[in-house]
Amino acid sequence: MRPVLPPRTLQELHTFEIKPKKAFAFNFKELVDYSELLYFFAWRDIKVKYKQTVLGFLWAVLQPLLLMLIFTFFIGRAMQVSSDGMDYAVFAYSGLVLWLVFSSGVTNAANSMVTNAAIIKKIYFPRLIIPVSAVVVALFDFIMAFVIFIVILLIFATPINLSLIYWWPLALLLTIVGTVGPGCLLAALNIKYRDFRYVVPFLIQALLFLTPVIYPVSSISLVWLRYVVALNPMYAAISVFRLPLSTVAPDWTLLVISLSSGVLFFIIGLAYFRRTENYFADIA
Amino acid sequence: MLPVLEVKGVSKKFSIRHESGYLSLRDRVTDLFKPAPSSREDFWALRDVSFDVQPGESIGIIGKNGAGKSTLLKILSKITPPTQGRIIGRGRIASLLEVGTGFHPELTGRENIFLNGSILGMKRHEITARFDAIVDFAGTERFLDTPLKHYSSGMQLRLAFAVAAFLEPEILVIDEVLAVGDAEFQKKCIGKMEDVSRSGRTILFVSHNMAAIQNLCTKSILLQRGELKAIGPSADIVTQYLTSLDSQILDTSGYIQVHPEESNKPIRAIEVLCDGRRSATAYMGCELEIRIYFKALEALTNPVLGIIIKDLQSTPLIGVNNRHYTGNFETTPINNGFISMKIPYLTLFEGMYHVDVHLGNEFKDIEVLQDCFQFTVEPIPFSSSGQLPLKSINRMFIKDITWILNSSDHVE
Repeated sequence: MRPVLPPRTLQELHTFEIKPKKAFAFNFKELVDYSELLYFFAWRDIKVKYKQTVLGFLWAVLQPLLLMLIFTFFIGRAMQVSSDGMDYAVFAYSGLVLWLVFSSGVTNAANSMVTNAAIIKKIYFPRLIIPVSAVVVALFDFIMAFVIFIVILLIFATPINLSLIYWWPLALLLTIVGTVGPGCLLAALNIKYRDFRYVVPFLIQALLFLTPVIYPVSSISLVWLRYVVALNPMYAAISVFRLPLSTVAPDWTLLVISLSSGVLFFIIGLAYFRRTENYFADIA
Repeated sequence: MLPVLEVKGVSKKFSIRHESGYLSLRDRVTDLFKPAPSSREDFWALRDVSFDVQPGESIGIIGKNGAGKSTLLKILSKITPPTQGRIIGRGRIASLLEVGTGFHPELTGRENIFLNGSILGMKRHEITARFDAIVDFAGTERFLDTPLKHYSSGMQLRLAFAVAAFLEPEILVIDEVLAVGDAEFQKKCIGKMEDVSRSGRTILFVSHNMAAIQNLCTKSILLQRGELKAIGPSADIVTQYLTSLDSQILDTSGYIQVHPEESNKPIRAIEVLCDGRRSATAYMGCELEIRIYFKALEALTNPVLGIIIKDLQSTPLIGVNNRHYTGNFETTPINNGFISMKIPYLTLFEGMYHVDVHLGNEFKDIEVLQDCFQFTVEPIPFSSSGQLPLKSINRMFIKDITWILNSSDHVE
């Protein structure tokens, strides 16, 4: 006679507990469990974004390219702004390509919780997935624009230092950290205070001019002002990205300031998001 | 045996601000200069609710609007954390508070199956494995690569339910998702849910449909103003609920204040008129008028009034809205006023009846009041005999029925 298999007992099953939430407990395991959902949210947003456009993915490339052309003619040529020993076009594009990750990443993330309110109210998943997937969408555009960047480097025959093997990934990492932090902070604030809907675009626009995207930090004559500019997390990311292309030695003090500010924003952003996360469904 | 679910002393508190809607930064800034913070009131949506669910049991959750049913479901679904207490569960839990959560109109049917499945907690390989079965259940093969926005609402619903039907958690939390869709579809859903509960899994089911509750759930709990009023076999709990409705809702004047003047919900009051006089007691054959007074924050461009009259067993007898009769009202956008439904000759039999009111705009319900009032129909002989048919087997009556006795032979 065949032995009867014991029925699956409840003890063997996954046990879960629902209780009042602590404000700062961070569940990394859960985030990993839900990584597929992160992928699906990003995938949805990318699909939807380009589905109704005629040029589709070309837009991801056109935006930095056109901005680069405009800045090259009006800032580089007309105003003779210096560019750390690179062609101004290369200089501007290298800044813009990361800047656009930041600007669209932060903008998307800031609105993401509000646009997904209907889902938040009906189903549970770690809420962090939503702003993070908004940043992933921005990174997808970056990949497109990066391909063009390589083409531009070839056209201008820019001498490249092989140190890019570690500088570029680091720059990308800094961009992600620098984008996710403010993105999460603004996403949480936006759901609580809808005022931020109007603040974010203005903030992003102002920051473009406070970040050495289209001018080198060395062109700022007031030294203390350089420190103010370095408070911006994107300063470090963009400077590191340009290191393999530039002949000018970087200002390490400024880099460390910017890096610390990026990490600080990252921690504050995640902590604040986590603290308010539990109540999103109640106020959204 | 260990319970599948242990709910221990769960409470949920909401802080209500007595001002409108969202916080704005300005309020926060101006609050700084006010001596006292703007008035806040604590509201306990759930208070110390405890119960256990044994393996293989399905639990119905019953209660009036605002009794805390939805809050309990949201806590069970982890959407909102409890303020106090805890819940221990054994097994995978999935919740269906809505069908088609996260459906995106721009994506195709195929894409939406994956997205929705993932949101509901399925892994990609699980969705792939069940994909054909899902499509088959939904019956939408031909439109798999069509964007969802071109689907009819019925098709969207079928697709959404199909995805949900292939979730296989040990515990399934379901909100009144069955209230939508046509009768055939509802039957299919109930059938699927019966399969689930027969397979030994647990369902927690909120519904106003007492028949469905009794059908699906062995046990039920009754919530009243956030507290667990009773727990027991569904038949007993349903009876207790229906009788509790009687005492609470009966309003003899025929006028019910619904929301106070400053509320942001639209329905202000309900008035019942019998032959033009305000009364909660009608009689067979009278002219019955139900008036819904409303004041909406956003003007209604196309107001719709829906009325469902049900007997004490919650079986709907009449369900009508103005669209079914005279179409849309010809109106400019309107914020306040009343909509009235007038039945010239009431054919309900003597007895007590509950009424659901749906106030809608365009194709959306903006407020639904379930079992919001009750009225009595008094017997009045309507025929020349002066007698009435049997009360136990009649809910409606027909005034003129011709009866003929003929003595001639039957000829084919």
